[in-house]
Amino acid sequence: MPETAIAVPLERTDARSEPRWVRGLLIGFTILFLTVFIVLPLVIVFAEAFARGAHAYLAALADPEALSAIKLTLIVAVISVGLNLVFGLVAAWAIAKFEFPGKTLLISLVDLPFSVSPVISGLVFVLLFGAQGFLGPWLQDHDIQLLFALPGIALATTFVTFPFVSRALIPLMQEQGTAEEEAALSLGASGLQTFFRVTLPNIKWGLLYGVLLCNARAMGEFGAVSVVSGHIRGETNTMPLLVEILYNEYQFVSAFAIASLLALLALVTLVAKTILERHLDEGQRPSEH
Amino acid sequence: MGLTLTWLAIIVLLPLAGLFLKSFELSFAQFVDIVTSRRTLNALKISFGLAFLAALVNLVMGGIIVWALVRYRFPGRRIFDAIVDVPFALPTAVAGIALTTLFAQNGWLGAPLAELGIKVSFTPLGIFVAMVFIGIPFVVRTVQPVLIDLDPEIEEAAASLGANRWQTVSRVILPSLLPALLTGFALAFARAVGEYGSVIFIAGNLPNVSEIAPLLIVIRLSEFRYADATAIAVVMLVVAFLVIFLVNRMQRWAQLRVPAH
Repeated sequence: MPETAIAVPLERTDARSEPRWVRGLLIGFTILFLTVFIVLPLVIVFAEAFARGAHAYLAALADPEALSAIKLTLIVAVISVGLNLVFGLVAAWAIAKFEFPGKTLLISLVDLPFSVSPVISGLVFVLLFGAQGFLGPWLQDHDIQLLFALPGIALATTFVTFPFVSRALIPLMQEQGTAEEEAALSLGASGLQTFFRVTLPNIKWGLLYGVLLCNARAMGEFGAVSVVSGHIRGETNTMPLLVEILYNEYQFVSAFAIASLLALLALVTLVAKTILERHLDEGQRPSEH
Repeated sequence: MGLTLTWLAIIVLLPLAGLFLKSFELSFAQFVDIVTSRRTLNALKISFGLAFLAALVNLVMGGIIVWALVRYRFPGRRIFDAIVDVPFALPTAVAGIALTTLFAQNGWLGAPLAELGIKVSFTPLGIFVAMVFIGIPFVVRTVQPVLIDLDPEIEEAAASLGANRWQTVSRVILPSLLPALLTGFALAFARAVGEYGSVIFIAGNLPNVSEIAPLLIVIRLSEFRYADATAIAVVMLVVAFLVIFLVNRMQRWAQLRVPAH
């Protein structure tokens, strides 16, 4: 085949690459698909939010209902992230540094909230604490309002975001092993000293990574919170819930204005995540200290 | 230790146990009645069927995307790589209203599609679109590390032994990516089945036509039909558990298949 023999040297003959047209096609598909499904939805959030100008946008955000939703979202995020920071750390510590029976089961349990529909996550709290629920009558007798109030929202959010911190830490802590802690302990450090001076500095980027993702999900959680919140305007509406209400009332500028704040949070989270991933990669490279 | 287990029990196990206990309040016949009622069956069919189709699209498109991102250099590659995670990070309600507006009949994409006679928003096709969106990161992120770590010598060996590029890709590379691809597929499927926020805005939510199972749970709850809501949830949970079980199996299978270097 003399014709192809002439044509071949013009093409790249690298054994690990495809013909040019295949490469072009696959890159084209990738750019088209990601543009349609990710770039355009992001752009439209901001386009709709500013559809009637910056003034309308700012007015929508300054609305008392919007402000109270933003405040509630921040409070819920602080509570859930705080709880999951402490217990995620403890769970990761237990799983990574100790051997005990049922460890595999424990790891699967930690991941569970990821694989359950958020609506079901909310439902289980209604079944537990609702008026017809298992603990409902007891709570009513003691005048404790969990559902349709801040504690219920915080609890459901904590459940949904439970895996983030421990997931970020378990592989990191397993990789680092227990040698450094054992050295510190054998040199006379107390358990707490070892934790704060040895363990914590070693995992700080991983911890930050987990907290970052946990926070993003906590502020944006919709399904679970929607079921337990009761949608009391100005009281139990978080930002995502307010987005739903405003959208269903055809107040599109207001809905997208709040949504734009959440989209901004997502973008900032992604940028920070990329930076943290670089730190984590460097930490694993043995040549760097 | 004790603290961990206690916390886990309170925040994870107790609520789930409550769910199953609640379903035991129903007799088996009642349970079957609820789950096989026309509206519930249709909702389950819509959720599972469309989630399966969306995960298939994610499998194919995710495979193409991860290949392009890892193997090729093109302008904006790093940005496209980073935004693959947007469906993870963007609150689902925001994704929901954005997709609905985009694909509405007067929307940027909805208008040209409408001229072709394709209606997306407020139809089952809309549910499918939202599920594809939410599943994008799974296949890409599970396959990416495997593809990066793939030993180039295997491909070169195949090529030097006379395999053409297509044979190398389909017989050498694809089998070593298969476990990761399947894991990504299963994760995307599980997520799409349970997805609520990004779907309900675009779905139209017509009973028996475009009503997903999670929405039916919410509707039953608002009607105080807790038993109905619980029964649907139990069916969804059991299927979700099966999927996780399969994922773990596939990962173990994958680890066994990888030859020791």
